Order: sequence, then structure tokens, then C-alpha cells
Amino acid sequence: MSDTTTAQDRAHWGVLLYLGVTGVVILLMMLLGLLMRLDQATVLDLGLAGFYRVMTAHGAGMVGIMSLGGAAVMWHFLSRYVSLSVGILVANLVLFLLGAVLVLGSVFLGGFAGAWTFLYPLPAQPMGMWSAHAAAAYVLGLLSIGTGFLLLHLDIARAILQRYGSLPRALGWPQLFRNDPSEPPPATVVASTMVLIVNILGITAGAAILAMTLVNLYVPALAIDPLLAKNLIYFFGHVFINATIYMAVIGVYEILPRYANRPWKVNRVFLAAWTASTIMVLIVYPHHLLMDFAMPVWMLAMGQIISYTSGLPVLVVTAYGALMLVHRSGIRWDTASSLLFLSVFGWAAGVIPAIIDGVIPVNMVMHNTVWVPGHFHFYLLLGVAAMILGFMYHLRSSAAGRRDTALDRVAFWAYLVGGLGFVMSFLYAGANSVPRRYAEHAPQWVAYDQVASVFAVLVVVAMAVFLLRFLAGLRPVTPAA
Amino acid sequence: MEQALAWYLSLFFMVLVAGVFVWVRLNSTRSAQFEPIRDRAYRFRPRLFWALVILGVPVMGATLMMAPYGAAEGLLSDALHVEVEGRQFAWSMSESGARAGQTVVFHVTSADVNHGFGIYDAQMRLRAQTQAMPGYTNRLVHVFDEPGTYRILCLEYCGMAHHAMEAQFQISASR
Repeated sequence: MSDTTTAQDRAHWGVLLYLGVTGVVILLMMLLGLLMRLDQATVLDLGLAGFYRVMTAHGAGMVGIMSLGGAAVMWHFLSRYVSLSVGILVANLVLFLLGAVLVLGSVFLGGFAGAWTFLYPLPAQPMGMWSAHAAAAYVLGLLSIGTGFLLLHLDIARAILQRYGSLPRALGWPQLFRNDPSEPPPATVVASTMVLIVNILGITAGAAILAMTLVNLYVPALAIDPLLAKNLIYFFGHVFINATIYMAVIGVYEILPRYANRPWKVNRVFLAAWTASTIMVLIVYPHHLLMDFAMPVWMLAMGQIISYTSGLPVLVVTAYGALMLVHRSGIRWDTASSLLFLSVFGWAAGVIPAIIDGVIPVNMVMHNTVWVPGHFHFYLLLGVAAMILGFMYHLRSSAAGRRDTALDRVAFWAYLVGGLGFVMSFLYAGANSVPRRYAEHAPQWVAYDQVASVFAVLVVVAMAVFLLRFLAGLRPVTPAA
Repeated sequence: MEQALAWYLSLFFMVLVAGVFVWVRLNSTRSAQFEPIRDRAYRFRPRLFWALVILGVPVMGATLMMAPYGAAEGLLSDALHVEVEGRQFAWSMSESGARAGQTVVFHVTSADVNHGFGIYDAQMRLRAQTQAMPGYTNRLVHVFDEPGTYRILCLEYCGMAHHAMEAQFQISASR
């Protein structure tokens, strides 16, 4: 076997390992989410501490694993254009798993329940719920995960700089601003460059507040300005979770054209949209702070305006491009292409309640109601996760030669119906003022939770089928003699 | 009411997006030449973009004018000022109520961690909110339309009894 083949095999198995871990963790985190909904629906009783611990693990776990799955999609396709390090890919996974162990230990052994956002100074003021050591384990866990992703993005930056010379070139700025007639970089390179820029900045801000939180846990006299802490946390959190979809959408750009037998052309509109998104993802985060009246008003106004404008590239470029690609294409529909098409819908439709919540007078009566998990579950469940699952099914059919069966089709429809019903239950309850992050719900809210639980069960069952079919289909089909 | 508007607007636009996706999906299995489809779509795209911009500008302008941040400036002298402090897991307020139609200015802060000061009416409909932060005071101006018992709930996760952190604010009939 040649060295090149061996390296390609290692890379392929590295991506499969990422996807296997991603699938298992998504399923486990979905089960935790289902437990929370069943608890609110009064079907079972986790206890107050149990609910908030599960909530913390579910939030941190989902954010981390969506990033891991998105990174798998990005790395797989980007490695076709630039030379990436498999060692760094594996190092990120090791640091991720180490971080996951620390987070799970802090939550389920140490009792940490500070929510995934660990808003200062809650980690240090738990009213006896957890110790400083438990909070420190959580902080170190997130730091480990962040360090892994930072290494991964730095390696991607190295590889892109090696091939394209500069980040503006990799974003296609010569073609965008100087009418350079040469071929622009592929969509995957443009998207990966955007992600590395925003995520390196986001993770650095996250590491700063995590380090400050860690010091404060043991030296309380070294206090942090709570508003600064909030800004750093939401800057990091917003960028990191948004980057998941900008990584995973690479699967749509790369796979859907093959099914439709049409190219996804990188033109100036595409390049302009990605450059605009790079800036907007970095400056939109104050829309999480609209109810912090102490913030500078210009930042809050910017948060509202950028919330709206950042939806435009999604609708006018990615969703529009996917629709154009599929319309009367004679596309071959299977589980992979169906999931990818669904994922673009999930992104495009999911930004709508987010934009509306970003309008300040609306935010005044919607902020921190379950409207918020409604819109982010919309684009995570029906957007990011569907992109990752579509990629998994694509590998299953393209690399292992597996064909879909009726079970896959049933699982797809269960996921679609369950996912839509689940997020709409959240949104409807949010429009009826149900607060988020409540272990106990008022009697008039329980019906929403019960309906949501039924849809959540459908999603969990579909996810279990997707995962089992992926794992069982990894071994290539042996051709008949 | 803002919640109903948010719900129906979201529903309208989400159904619109879903309708387009379903229509394209239904028309996807027939095959046609890509170039005419692409050229037509490229011609329509700038119109869609500018339509969204033209829709967005007045909406952004009008809603920013309704932002609550400067509301505490230049108030009439008969406004009732209420000092509010959140702490795990209770609210303390310098006043227990006000009159319907009276302007109330809540000066909201926290003694420990972040809380959310959310005002719910008798139908458990969220009417207004602001964050309660240690070291900062947020001024929330609100006029209660209807007499009755309003509930103050915590809208920022603050620990084990977050969901139980509650107070009441009585609104009497206007004079």
C-alpha cells in the first residue's frame, strides 16, 4: 500500500471516528433533552437538582458535539483542496473527549448545574449545589474542548495560507473587489476560511472568560465585571454555535450538486455573502444582551439590525442557491439528499423566529422564554444535525456502497415530522410566555410539554435508526462473486 | 400584542419558505436545462434582495424608535420609582404596588448573580422585562393598563430554585 493511500485511509477513518462519536453523543444528548421535556410534562421526576444538571449537560454537550460533527464535514471536504494534519484532527478529538469527561464528571459527580453559559458569578455562588472544584472541572472541560478546536482551526489556517497565500485570497477578495478574472477558491475553502477567522476569535474570547472564571473560583477577591463577562460569554457562545452551521453547510455545497448533476458556482454574490457573514457573525452577538439596558445603546441597535441583515445571505444565497440547484434537475432523492435539502430549509426557516426575536420591542416580551430554544432547536435540529446526518448517509452510500431501505425513509419522515412538531411546540409555548430553563412548569404550560415530548420521542427514535444504520453500514459492501 | 404578532409573522414567513421548498421538491424529479433556470433565477435574485432590504429598513427604523432604553429620561414627576433587588431566590421591592395608568420606573439590580426581572399579568402573559445584574442598575419603565395582581418571575437562570423566585406587584384602579 502506498504512503498516499495509507494517509487517505487514516484521514477517512479519522472522519468516520468523528462521525461515530458525533452520532452517539447527539443521541445521548437528545435523550437528556427528552428527559427534561418529560420532567416538565410531569411524566417523570428528575428532581430539581437533577433537572438543572441534565440541562447543563444537554446544553454543553449539544454545543460541543454540533461543532465536532460540523468539523468532520468541513475537514473531510477541505482536505481535498489543502493539506491538513491528521495528527491535529485526532488531537482535537482526544481533547474533546477529555473535555467531555471533565464536563460530565463535573455535572453528574460534582453536581455542577451552572447552565452551559456558566454566567459569572453563578459558578462561584451555587448556594451549596456544587463545590468550586466541580465548577473548575467544568471550566477546564470547556477549556480542553476549546483548545482542541483552536488547534484544528490553526492547522486549517496554516494549510489554507500555504495553498492560497493569504486569508483575503482564500475568501476570494481578488475576484470580489478587483475583478480578478482567475477562478475563485472553491466554496469549501471560502467557508472554511470564514469559520477559522470567526472561531479563532470566538474561542480566544471564550478561553479568556473561562480562565478568569477559574481564577475567581479560587481567589474570589479577583472579581470580574459581570457585564464584561456576559459580553465575552455571548460573543464566544454565539460565534461558536453559529460556526457549526457554516462548517456543516459545506456538505450541502459539495454533495447536493452531485445528486442534482449541476455545479454550485462560486460567483461574486457568493463571495460577497461569505465576507459579509464573516463580519456579521462577529458583531451580531449583542442581540443576546438586548435586555441588558446598561449596554451601550449603539451596540444593542447594532444587534437588532445585524440580526436581520445576517439572515439575508442565508435566504438569498444558500437557500436560494440550493433551490435553484434542485429545481427541475431530475435529482436523485435518497436519505442523504433528502436530509441535506431539509437542512437548508431548517436553516432558512429557523432564522425567521430568530430575526423576529432580535427586534427589541419583541425581545422585551420573548427573551428567555422558550421561544429562544424554539428558534435555535429549529436550526440545530433541522439545520446543522440534518447536514451532519446527510453527510453520514452520503458516506454510507458513496464510500461503503450501501443502499437505502424503507427503514431509512421511515426514519427520515419521523425525523422531519418529529423535528417540526418539537420546535413548533417550543415556539408556540414561547409565544404564550412560558419561561425557559424552568424545572417546574405551571399547570397551564404542561400541555405544551406533553405535546413536545411526543414529537421528541419521534426524533430520538429516528436518530437511533440513523446512527445504527450508519454504524452498521461502515463496512464496504463486498461485490458479489 | 407583540407575542401574537411575533407568532403569526413567524408562522407566515416559515410557511412561505416551506411552501417554496415543497414546490421545488415537487418539481425536482422532472429534468430541464439548467442554464435558463439559473439565468432566470439570477435575474430575480437582486429583486428579492432589494425587496428584503426595502422591507427591513422601515421595520428596523420604527422598532428601534420603540426601544425601551431611553424611556426613563424626562419622565413626569408623578412617576413611581421602585427599587428592585434580586437575590437567590427572592425579589425585594421598595414598593408593593402602583395605580393603573401610572408610570412606574423599576430600578433593577442584583445582590448576587444574574437574574431576569419579568413582569407577568394575571393571565400569565409576559408584559415587560429587564436583566438584574450585580454591579449595574437597569431602569425599566412600565405603565400597567389593568388593575390586578402581577407576578414577577425570574427570567435568567440563577440556580436550584430559579423557577420559584417570585414576587407580586399589586395594581389598583386608577383614581
